[in-house]
Amino acid sequence: MQPTDTAQRYIPRLLAILFVTLLAALSMATFSAGNAHADEVGTEYDFTIAGNVQFDGEPQGDVAIAVAGNGYEADTVTDADGRWAIGVPEKGSYEVTLDEESLPEGVVVAEGANVIDAEFGLTDRKSVNFFLGEGTRNTVSFFDQFLNRFVNGLNFGLLLALAAIGLSLIFGTTGLSNFAHAEMITFGALMTLVFSVQLGLPIWLAIVIAIALSGALGWGLDAVIWKPLRRRGVALIPLMIVSIGLSLALRYLYQYFFGGSTSQLPGAGQTDLKFGPISLSPIDLVSMGISVIVLLGVAYFLLRTRIGKATRAVSDNPSLASASGIDVDNVIRIVWVTGAALAGLSGVLWAYFRPGVSWDMGFQMLLLVFAAVTLGGLGTAFGALIGSIIVGLFVELSTLWLPSDMKYVGALVVLILVLLLRPQGIMGRKERIG
Amino acid sequence: MDWGAIFNNAAVELISPTTAAYALAALGLAVHFGYTGLLNFGQAGFMALGAYGYAISILTFGFPVWGAFLVGIGASIVFALILGIPTLRLRADYLAIVTIAAAEIVRLLFTTNTFASVTGSANGLSGYKTEFAALNPLAEGSYGFGPFENNAYDTWLRIVAWSIVILAALFVWQVMRSPWGRVIKGIREDEDAVRALGKNVYAYKMQSLILGGVFGTIAGMIFALPRAVVPSNYQTTLTFFIYAILLLGGAATVLGPIIGSMIFWVLLSFFSGFISRAVEAGWLPFMTTIQGGQLRFILVGVAIMLIVIFRPQGVFGNKKELAFVR
Repeated sequence: MQPTDTAQRYIPRLLAILFVTLLAALSMATFSAGNAHADEVGTEYDFTIAGNVQFDGEPQGDVAIAVAGNGYEADTVTDADGRWAIGVPEKGSYEVTLDEESLPEGVVVAEGANVIDAEFGLTDRKSVNFFLGEGTRNTVSFFDQFLNRFVNGLNFGLLLALAAIGLSLIFGTTGLSNFAHAEMITFGALMTLVFSVQLGLPIWLAIVIAIALSGALGWGLDAVIWKPLRRRGVALIPLMIVSIGLSLALRYLYQYFFGGSTSQLPGAGQTDLKFGPISLSPIDLVSMGISVIVLLGVAYFLLRTRIGKATRAVSDNPSLASASGIDVDNVIRIVWVTGAALAGLSGVLWAYFRPGVSWDMGFQMLLLVFAAVTLGGLGTAFGALIGSIIVGLFVELSTLWLPSDMKYVGALVVLILVLLLRPQGIMGRKERIG
Repeated sequence: MDWGAIFNNAAVELISPTTAAYALAALGLAVHFGYTGLLNFGQAGFMALGAYGYAISILTFGFPVWGAFLVGIGASIVFALILGIPTLRLRADYLAIVTIAAAEIVRLLFTTNTFASVTGSANGLSGYKTEFAALNPLAEGSYGFGPFENNAYDTWLRIVAWSIVILAALFVWQVMRSPWGRVIKGIREDEDAVRALGKNVYAYKMQSLILGGVFGTIAGMIFALPRAVVPSNYQTTLTFFIYAILLLGGAATVLGPIIGSMIFWVLLSFFSGFISRAVEAGWLPFMTTIQGGQLRFILVGVAIMLIVIFRPQGVFGNKKELAFVR
């Protein structure tokens, strides 16, 4: 919030300059080794636009490059080392185009980035580099893309549901919209990182410990903050603002100890397995399996066990539940522990889905969790599940039409539209909305 | 330890345009939350609309300053209507979730590469200050004294910013003493009772949402004038900081948001100056300067919790006039 903007603004530009200088230095080094260009065009001119087409460190040969501008046109292809150079008659600005069709299968240029405007600086040589990425260039049929996104969205929706059910149960039993839920999500991932990477335990053990610690965090938060505040009779809106303060404090506490960088959990980034058009990593499969099993477990707990029934009773009407002999404080404690443990597990799966563990990862997901809970109906556990899956699918499927940096926009717009048409949510009852 | 520089830097914040912007945004929030009881968590969205509305009108459409000003206000009125129509009939926490979501939508729309030619995407916009500077009647040179000495542009900006804050505060003070203000406060205390008196609660809430939102929008313009417009400035955290200021000063007061903003920024600046110098001097061997920067955000969070629990009326508030008695 402080006026550090000017510094921030120039960082990307600075990085770009550094990158180009580095590349130039590298190519100089290889030139001096006496390696001439295989296919150089326009060598009769003094000025040269050159570049190096690489993807993942692999040079890309036979990629067509064209230069146009100042009434001059030329084209060339990259040599086996991925290098190309085109001589131009004068210092000026030229349009450099990379022919996407000539790239090998599975490699693409970011949309619109295959044309770069090159302008000479002080030297007679201008480096132009295209940023290549892994991807499919609409060679996959729409239906196959849809199927792939659908499965990804299901995976995301299921991990969202783990967090959303906890949030919804806490809301149902205590009335609190817990903004610090985001930090409970991050906590699970951070603890997994600590025990697996920093302490070297096997990943399954680290995850189990992280979930147990998350549950303990939920118990601790209830015992230290929320129970005393309930006793004082603090109203719901102040409680919500307290949870915002707690969220802010915890989030920057994480950043204080873990820094602002993103780290990977062990096993992240495995190669995808192909099931027809659907590509999933083994982690994705395990993640979906765990989510489904845990969600079934929660459903069994809520529908069949005594304490689960008591939870639903408290959620429905705390005073009545208390009058019929249910220990409301005990139920709320159990809900906090379960909700926090579920959030911790969700955080671990989210760390594999994003992928990466960072201090604000939970906060990035929080609004989607709130959207899911509101869509399903505030305070209903199964509504939260359905809402989560809808939000998950919507976020992933919307990338078929929307640019991927706008994928959360769609989900949030749907949230507002649903409130307009059916404010109680999909599973909610009308009288709950007050 | 250079105490002089620390105190000097802290004193600069007392009348800086940023402090004025936060004060005005908090005043808007006081109208929403303190007087009407609306839980608006999207003040950052209103501020972003003001900043971008102003900058885009000038850079892309070449509007004069007053035109850009009106565009920003128009955008915020439309935004308030979009927010209010689905949610003002619902319970308070729905408005909270919808406003926070809407503010994020606004920020993501300004961040996306799709509209980069207009919004500058993640790099934001700059270079819209000349039109405002051209209106400056002050001659070149420096004005003020000590830590409050500034060049002509910065002095002009401070005069405009604080004049707007004072006018807005007078307006809120008067309007809350008027019949309209009594209805608004009545809605906060007991919505059903006001409805029983035949008042259109929905319309009153909407007017309050628009009024506070317009304050937020003007605050966004003031916030943008000493710096560039960058979307990452308008995150949810910005709204939370404004809440911290509002709660610190007192939610249902006119002076609270203004004094709260001054206290907040002076303390924040003093604290970060003190920590970073203490780290450099080796007083805090377990901490780096970056960690010192994060420590103050941790303290803001803890401060929000403590104020709400132990002094919910804030520094200036009256315990009888609590927005959240229920």
